[in-house]
Amino acid sequence: MSRRRPRDGGVPAPLLVPAALAVAFLVLPLLGLVVRAPWSELGPQLTRPGVGQALRLSLVSATLATLVSLLLGVPLAWVLARSRIRGRSVLRALVTVPLVLPPVVGGVALFLVLGRQGIVGRWLFEATGLALPFTTAAVVVAETFVAMPFLVISVEGALRAADARFEDAAATLGADRWTTFRRVTLPLVAPGIAAGAVLCWARALGEFGATITFAGNFPGTTQTMPLAVYLALQRDPDAAIVLSLVLLAVSLATLLLLRGRWLGRGVTG
Amino acid sequence: MSLTAHVVVQRGSLGVDVELAVADGEVLAVLGPNGAGKSTVLRVLAGLLPPDGGRVVVDGDQVWDSTDRHVPAHQRSLGMVFQDHLLFPHLSITENVAFGPRSRGASRSAARSAAAPWLDRVGLAGLGDRRPGELSGGQAQRAALARALVGDPRVLLLDEPLSALDARTRLTVRAELRRHLTDYPGSAVLVTHDPIDAMALADRVVVVEDGRVVQSGPPAEVARRPRTDYVARLVGLVLLPGTGTGHQVALDGGGVVAVAEEAAGPVFVAVRPEAVSLYLDRPAGSPRNVWRLELVAATPHGSVVRCDLAGEVPLTADVTATSFAELGLAPGAAVWASVKASEVAVYAR
Repeated sequence: MSRRRPRDGGVPAPLLVPAALAVAFLVLPLLGLVVRAPWSELGPQLTRPGVGQALRLSLVSATLATLVSLLLGVPLAWVLARSRIRGRSVLRALVTVPLVLPPVVGGVALFLVLGRQGIVGRWLFEATGLALPFTTAAVVVAETFVAMPFLVISVEGALRAADARFEDAAATLGADRWTTFRRVTLPLVAPGIAAGAVLCWARALGEFGATITFAGNFPGTTQTMPLAVYLALQRDPDAAIVLSLVLLAVSLATLLLLRGRWLGRGVTG
Repeated sequence: MSLTAHVVVQRGSLGVDVELAVADGEVLAVLGPNGAGKSTVLRVLAGLLPPDGGRVVVDGDQVWDSTDRHVPAHQRSLGMVFQDHLLFPHLSITENVAFGPRSRGASRSAARSAAAPWLDRVGLAGLGDRRPGELSGGQAQRAALARALVGDPRVLLLDEPLSALDARTRLTVRAELRRHLTDYPGSAVLVTHDPIDAMALADRVVVVEDGRVVQSGPPAEVARRPRTDYVARLVGLVLLPGTGTGHQVALDGGGVVAVAEEAAGPVFVAVRPEAVSLYLDRPAGSPRNVWRLELVAATPHGSVVRCDLAGEVPLTADVTATSFAELGLAPGAAVWASVKASEVAVYAR
C-alpha cells in the first residue's frame, strides 16, 4: 500500500525537475538583486534628488494611465462582453494587439500618429500649438496604450463570468440599461475591475519601450523609474540596483494586493 | 387589467407559437417539460426577448409587442420572480425591494418606505438590513416576491418560483405564495414543470409541449382528463388512445378495454395506477378487464411499488409493498392485471 496517493503530493520526476528549475530561474535574479544591494548606501541613494523625481513621475503617470484606462476601458469591456454589435471578435483582437506588440513598436506608432508631424498630432499642433511627444502627457499616453488592454481583458472576463440574469432582473424592475450598468453590473464586477486596474497600473509602472520612444528620457518630465534604472546602469550600477529594489518592492506590494485573484485562477498577460 | 398574448419565437430548432389570455386577478400556470418553450414565452412577456411575431397586449389597449412595436422590459409595468431569486448580492434586502421604485424615479426615502410594508407582508420585517446571502432559501424567495410586487405591477411573472427550494420550505412558501396571488389584482403567469405548483396556485393551466399549447383548462380538469402522455405521467395516470364503440374501447395500440360509460369515436382511456390489481393466477369471477402482462420494472414510490407492465395493454400498477412482496415478482415475470370498468375514465379525444 502506498503511504501517499500521487494526487495528494507526489510529483513525477519529469515534471518536478523542470518545475524546480523554473522556480530557480524566476526567483534567483530577484534574490541576486537583494543580495547585491548596497544596503549601507541605501539611505543616501534613495534621497538623491533624481530618485524621488523619477519615482514620483512613475507613480503619478501610472496612476493617471490607470484612470484613463478605467474611464475608457471599462465601457469598452462592456461593449465586448455584452453588446451584440457586429465584428465584435475582430474588435477584441484589435484592442488586444498592444498586449502582444513590442512596446517600442507601439511607441513608434504613437509617434507617427500623435507626433508633431503625425496624422492627428499635426492637426492638434496647428489647432492648439500643443505637441504631445516628449511631455509628461506623452508618458501617460504611452503607458495607457500599453496597459489598457490588460484592464479591458480582465474586466471583460469578469463581465462574462457575472450572471447576466441579474441585469434581466433589473430590467424587469424598471431600470434602463444605463441604470442597470451603474447599479447592478458595476458593483457585481467591482472585484474584477479592481484586479484589472492593479494589473494595468503595474504594467504602466514598468513601461519602458513605448515611453522612451514616444516621450523620450528627460529627467523631471518623462524620465520614469524604468528609464532611470536603465540610464543609471550605464554610469552607476549601485544606483541602478537601488532603483530596481524600489520597483521590486512596489511590484511585490501590487502582487500582495492581487494575491487572491492572481493565485486563484491566474490572469494571462 | 388583463393580458392577452400570442407569442411566436423561433429559437434554433424549437418553434414557439403560444396563445395566452389572463384575466384580472387570474393566475395562469404554464406547465410543460424542460425545453418546451415555457421560459421563452415568459421572457417575451417580460420584454427581455423581442418575439419574431405575434402580440402582447395589456388592458386591451396597451400594446407591449406587435409586429412594429417592442416596449423594452424596463418600460413595462411588471414584476418577475426568478427560480433562484436573483436578489442583487451587493444590496441589502430593503435596497433590493426598493430597487424597483427607485429606478422608476422615487427618491431614496420614498423607495424605502414603499419597500417596508412589503417586507412586512412577506414576513421579513426586521431582516431588511441583511444581505441576500444571509437569508435562507425560503426567505430569499419571499424577498424576491416582495421585490416583484412592490410597485403594484399590472402583470406578475413567476419563473419556476419554487423549484430551487427544498421540499419542506417549498410547502410553506407555496402556501404563502398562494395567499399573495389571491390578493394580487393583476394578471399572473406562473411557469412551472411541477403539476402540484400548477394545481395549488393556478386558476387555469396551459400545457405547453414542443412550443405548442397541447391542453388548457382548470387544473382539476387537466388532472382528471389529460390529453398527452406528458400530462398523464405528471398527474399519475396511464393514458391510452383508442376508438369507442358502446361500452368498449379498441385501443390504437391493440387490445380492448371495457368501460362503464358509453363511448363513441376517438377517445382517451385513462387508468389510475392504484386501480390496477395484480394476480399470479387468472382472477376468479369475471372482471371484464383482465390481461396477462409482463412486469418490466418495479420501483418503490412512497409506500407503494410502482410496476410498469408491458403487453397487450401497457399499464402501470401501484401495489402496496406487502402485496408486492407476497406476489414475489421479478422483472420479466408474467402477471395478471385487472381493472374494474367503473375505474376507467373515458373522454373524447
